[in-house]
Amino acid sequence: MKIVTICGAGIGASGILKVNAEKALATLGLDASVVAADVASVRAVSEDANVILTSQEFVEAIGSTYAEVIVIRNHFDQGEITAAVDRALGEH
Amino acid sequence: MPLPPLPDEAVVLGASASSWRDALRLAGGALVSSGAATDAYTDAMIALVEEHGPYIVISPGLAFAHARPGAAVRRDGLSIVTLAEPVAFGHPHNDPVRVVLGLAVDGVGSHLESIGEIANTFNDAAVTGRLAAAATADEVRAIMGVSV
Repeated sequence: MKIVTICGAGIGASGILKVNAEKALATLGLDASVVAADVASVRAVSEDANVILTSQEFVEAIGSTYAEVIVIRNHFDQGEITAAVDRALGEH
Repeated sequence: MPLPPLPDEAVVLGASASSWRDALRLAGGALVSSGAATDAYTDAMIALVEEHGPYIVISPGLAFAHARPGAAVRRDGLSIVTLAEPVAFGHPHNDPVRVVLGLAVDGVGSHLESIGEIANTFNDAAVTGRLAAAATADEVRAIMGVSV
């Protein structure tokens, strides 16, 4: 499984989401790779992604994709991010 | 790599900013004062928001100001700006901004350790408020767990 995190430069906001998504995976006992990227490279990097975590500002630019796009409001809210990862990748 | 140091020149407390651009100029100016970046880096931080919107307001009250690595970065650096009056960036949920965290990174790859440290610090929801209330650069460094 693969999670892609997207922001403007592929450094800051998406880096925070990557770190916290990895913590979420550990908490949930799930295995997935997590890649941070800028919105300009979303097509190439998310071809095989299951989930894209991002901010509201990038949803339109990400466009249609096979991955589930989930907007994170508070990038430092581990509860919000863990719930999003669980909803998308957990066994229900 | 832990977080870059945070010298006094990189900390601006109780500043006045009349717009989000002013707030980013303060954070960029602090990176310039501390020798981490050139003025072009400040322009690049502002350009990123002009292009993509206020997504850098990644949690309530906090703007994470940064641009890409490049010629405008002299070395890894952090800056902290607290605002006397909160400033609206136009973010639908996380406005208004009370604290601007500036980051300059020299290269992609090694920066993820710094990002991990920033996440460890700010995943505590009380940290932004504690920074906003800090009265000295020493207090800011203690909250951030960084050296001078």
